[in-house]
Amino acid sequence: MTPPERPDPRTLADLPAIPRDDEGPVFREPWEAQAFAMAVKLHEAGCFTWREWADRLAQEIRAARERGDPDPGTTYYRHWLAALERLVAEKGLVGGEELARRKAEWESAARETPPGRPIELRREG
Amino acid sequence: MSDQHPQGHGHGGTAHPHGAPLSDVQLRVKALESLLTEKGLVDPAALDELIETYESRVGPRNGARVVARAWVDPEFKRRLLADATEAIAGMGYIGRQGEDMVVLENTPRVHNLVVCTLCSCYPWPVLGLPPVWYKSAPYRSRAVIDPRGVLREFGLELPEEVEVRVWDSTAELRYLVLPERPPGTEGMSEEELAALITRDAMIGTAKVQPPARARREARG
Repeated sequence: MTPPERPDPRTLADLPAIPRDDEGPVFREPWEAQAFAMAVKLHEAGCFTWREWADRLAQEIRAARERGDPDPGTTYYRHWLAALERLVAEKGLVGGEELARRKAEWESAARETPPGRPIELRREG
Repeated sequence: MSDQHPQGHGHGGTAHPHGAPLSDVQLRVKALESLLTEKGLVDPAALDELIETYESRVGPRNGARVVARAWVDPEFKRRLLADATEAIAGMGYIGRQGEDMVVLENTPRVHNLVVCTLCSCYPWPVLGLPPVWYKSAPYRSRAVIDPRGVLREFGLELPEEVEVRVWDSTAELRYLVLPERPPGTEGMSEEELAALITRDAMIGTAKVQPPARARREARG
């Protein structure tokens, strides 16, 4: 395993330590669970093989490390989501532009929603 | 038309009191999920059910039951070591990804340690989802280049004469360590034994500890 190209001293200091946990919850935030479940369900629906999935995920993780992410395990589902976005685009299921447009719609819906209310996406019918 | 989407599903909704109510990743997940749902590729209820399964129903207990049975039933252990996929499926624990399972037996001379150097392939059906440290770069890289150092960090010092074998998981092949049955557990039931077996012992970063009562009796 090669260390990042330009090691930040703090990163180097972090590297040897393996983060530990006490069999706590497997997801840190709800979105991680959603991203996880989407990949599993798309695989079950035959949209891609698990080999294809594992390859894309490994690519994302490798690319993140090359960018200098110390990759302490807590960013794992970020890589998972990036891999999923890439794979659904490659498979022609959801394109990158379509995804960006929808993200912007959610963003403005969220901005216009008062705190405490469920965020709903309103579109012209 | 308003688009239905799941709110929370019991993970504790996050409050967003200030100007940026949703993070970048939250927005990306919502965008992807709503598009996949509209295209009929995923069903939000099925997503929630899967999450519920992994959050509360699957966990290292399945693996602990496999190990405990192998400790008390020599015929099961023989089948487990010969064809783990089939023996584990026989207990009802079946992989969703069509992966094969291999069980690695720890002995007084050989200690097995499991890693996935590329991502974090992990035997979900028996251990649930991987802990943070298993997914971390330090573990993924150091387990291979310095396994004894990694084990020391986990508080496990192995004698020099014990051979450490490191196994790199893949999308198709997942490993489960069959730890050694600790002393002082003679006469314990399968269920009592299963309660002693930890997730880390089945990854290979720990040994199964004897029960406290058994330790006291051994000393006294």
